[in-house]
Amino acid sequence: MGTITKLHADRQPLKITFVGHVDHGKSTLVGRLLHELNALPEGKVEAIQAQCKKRGMPFEWAFLMDALQAERDQGITIDTARIWFSTDQRDYVIIDAPGHKEFLKNMVTGAAGSDAAILTIDAHEGVQEQTRRHGYLLHLLGVKQVVAVVNKMDLVDYSEERFNEVSAELEDYLGKLGVTPDFIIPASGREGDNIAKWSENLSWYDGPTVAQSLDMFADGATAEDLPLRFPIQDVYKFDQRRIIAGRIESGTLKVGDVLNFSPTGKSARVSSIEAWPENAVVSTACPGQSVGITLDEQIFVERGQMAAPVDQTPIETNLVKARVFWMGSNPLKIGNRYKLKLNTTEVSAEVVKIEKVIDATNLSTTEGDEVTQNSAAEVVLRARSVIAFDDYAEHPDTGRFVLVEDYTIVGGGIVVANKSQVEIKSKNITAVEHKVSAESRTAMNSHTGGVLWLTGLSGSGKSTLAIELEKQLHLRGFQTYVLDGDNVRSGLNKDLGFSPEDRNENIRRIGEVANLFADAGFIVISAFISPYQEDRDGVRAIKPDLFHEVYIEADVPTCEARDPKGLYKKARAGKIPEFTGISAPYEAPVNPELVVPTSKQTVGESLEFLTRYVDETFVADGKSKKTA
Amino acid sequence: MGRQTLDHLDALESQSIFIFREAFNRIEDLAMLWSLGKDSNAMLWMVRKAFFGHVPFPLIHIDTHYKIPEMIAFRDQLAKDWNLNLIVGSNDKALAEGMGPDKGRVNCCTALKTNGLKKVVAEGGYKGLIAGIRRDEEGTRAKERVFSPRGENAAWDYRDQPPEFWEQFNTDIPPETSLRIHPLLHWTEIDIWRYIAREGIPVPDLYFAKDGKRYRSLGCAPCTGSIESTASNVQEVIAELEATRVPERAGRAQDQESEDAFERLRVEGYM
Ligand SMILES: Nc1nc2c(ncn2[C@@H]2O[C@H](COP(=O)(O)OP(=O)(O)OP(=O)(O)O)[C@@H](O)[C@H]2O)c(=O)[nH]1
Ligand SMILES: [Mg+2]
Repeated sequence: MGTITKLHADRQPLKITFVGHVDHGKSTLVGRLLHELNALPEGKVEAIQAQCKKRGMPFEWAFLMDALQAERDQGITIDTARIWFSTDQRDYVIIDAPGHKEFLKNMVTGAAGSDAAILTIDAHEGVQEQTRRHGYLLHLLGVKQVVAVVNKMDLVDYSEERFNEVSAELEDYLGKLGVTPDFIIPASGREGDNIAKWSENLSWYDGPTVAQSLDMFADGATAEDLPLRFPIQDVYKFDQRRIIAGRIESGTLKVGDVLNFSPTGKSARVSSIEAWPENAVVSTACPGQSVGITLDEQIFVERGQMAAPVDQTPIETNLVKARVFWMGSNPLKIGNRYKLKLNTTEVSAEVVKIEKVIDATNLSTTEGDEVTQNSAAEVVLRARSVIAFDDYAEHPDTGRFVLVEDYTIVGGGIVVANKSQVEIKSKNITAVEHKVSAESRTAMNSHTGGVLWLTGLSGSGKSTLAIELEKQLHLRGFQTYVLDGDNVRSGLNKDLGFSPEDRNENIRRIGEVANLFADAGFIVISAFISPYQEDRDGVRAIKPDLFHEVYIEADVPTCEARDPKGLYKKARAGKIPEFTGISAPYEAPVNPELVVPTSKQTVGESLEFLTRYVDETFVADGKSKKTA
Repeated sequence: MGRQTLDHLDALESQSIFIFREAFNRIEDLAMLWSLGKDSNAMLWMVRKAFFGHVPFPLIHIDTHYKIPEMIAFRDQLAKDWNLNLIVGSNDKALAEGMGPDKGRVNCCTALKTNGLKKVVAEGGYKGLIAGIRRDEEGTRAKERVFSPRGENAAWDYRDQPPEFWEQFNTDIPPETSLRIHPLLHWTEIDIWRYIAREGIPVPDLYFAKDGKRYRSLGCAPCTGSIESTASNVQEVIAELEATRVPERAGRAQDQESEDAFERLRVEGYM
């Protein structure tokens, strides 16, 4: 909501969240504070007065933030709200969080990403369940600067003794978390004691007022001293440029830097930092900046990869040890799978271990195999594929993630102690009673099986793409296998020569083997010239649903110009009889599932094309493009 | 080389660009609402920054036929100059039946704006709609999510919004539901003006004082009042805002009809 924002355009506003147990006076404190700092819009106090009168209740400062009818009717904050204001020193965003246990997800929404917090405690009630839980969450969410306000001092006759009691209880709890409040301030939001003006009623207190304490928080941290972390958000080809877009989470990025892309391990040099309008082009970019870069080499890059300096790469593994906070109404359990989202990476992950369950209201830990709503735990997750991230303690922005179940976020987690991580053996052994069904293979693999039958001239790029694609798919956790001349001719088909009959038989056998693999749940990539439509149709006929004919398209002149093995030269010289494209025909596919025009695009682009096709086609949840 | 950090406007802009790019990557059928006001225009400018001069989704303008004529002229000029894919929608049925502010301002807004929008969205099959609302405008907008799931018929369940933190947005949604995307939530009114000044973004002349009056917020002619002002250019508008305590939407009559008028509008699917 709007108030007056003044003039600190050079600095980012400080974000402060008001947290604490339900009804302890957070919203009241915010309303009163803004009023006393003369920051409310004209007519606001009068409007609140009228709204309270209509309800037949005394004036409520909380109505400033509690704008929803349901909130006003029940006298409770449901969802986090924000308001802006300034002091002479700087601009602020104040975030008012709800204290009711039921709305903890909204408290997390508000508090995560704050620079500081005001923990409000009712002097009369003292430290309560959500006081403790919010304290724990501040710690987990990485909100390090905390001021505590012992509110409603009017209810305890402004008693110094009571204040000391509450302070001691609070300090004891926060101390266990390693959190030390900068100040503990006795105050009354309703009466206006120690909000912006020092109060006669609390003459025994000589610390800052609530307003003064805000100005004493340090500015938000920037991450520029850390090594570069540039998670890839997207790759754009709106025009002739291939722009890799993302936001710099830490470190700086400069034109000329060599970047390593995790987890593929490919590297390339930054050629430019692109911008619009063109006069805004820069050569350096800093943390928080959304940029687009071009590279000197067209390596395969896609969303979810993380760019970093070659000598300071992030952790790459599929095992993530983390401390999680659970908000889901269904408990987190060993063996459950969730979607893990970390920066721009999204991957399915299984809970393989719950090391301890933490009660966020008293910090007691227990063993257990499930984590219920509003509890915390230390867990080990196994992602389907290798992902790149950092240890939260060293690198917060790339060391935290959320877990998603059925479309909503159900948990937040921070990565802990990865360097000393121990390998964990899989407990996920499914008992096989009867025949394993295709569905259960698919469920286990998270993708369906099938045959990507690459066909094209010699030199069109089949083998290169097959091998690169296999590598990419493997990194992402796909079961995949390449069939090509090298592994087929030497064993399975070593009795076959190059006569037309033998060629037919060669393809037929490969087709059968490919289908067996596909049946076993693999994505088979075959890389054979396979020049005859009839032969390919024969393979298709074995299991039409599993067959994907992929035309690796490059014409004879292009392939002849490439001629990586010198075969075209030999064929032209007549040294190779019946060479496809020269002295034997190549029948281009009539109706292929996919055409990859390698003469018009780079290997990286073709690969992108193929991986996208696989992502869209071999989906586990039923309706793939092919069967739809 | 000196240390480099983002200033306040850079940080706001970067954040918005990040949101546009998330939306564009995650949502297949995406469109942006273009109200022609200062916020929409700043937003459109940032879309072009995010996508390097391109606007890779259609812009929707809901024409209530009560808009101030200058706004329509401004729209058509910019659509031509910037080569925009513009979709103009309106609730012709309600208009033919004589809907207007005399039938009640909230009713009118619901019929001509909310339902006009729902019609265009249904026709286009959009799953995601980008809207330029800000948290500092009004109490219920102060509680919005960046990616806000909308139920069937675009309803907003403000009592049970999903968590959203660490910039992991709720981009996956059940069938039959949709998303509103709000890339300007973290901006304030004065931030927008300072950004318009810095970038030189075009806005309708109605924002600048003529004969001692100007519009602070643009809506439909019958329900949008002008304010007393001498601010005749962007810099003067900024100076005026730095000194005022009058809230931005004070001139919007539909908000004032009752305490919860705006909340009811928004629950139904108003922006
Ligand atoms: N006596 C007294 N009452 C107060 C004070 N501050 C708040 N209250 C009252 O305590 C009640 C709850 O205040 P809120 O500000 O709504 O509490 P909250 O912490 O925001 O509550 P939730 O957001 O629902 O968790 C209201 O009736 C207030 O009037 C105070 O300093 N003294
Ligand atoms: Mg409250």
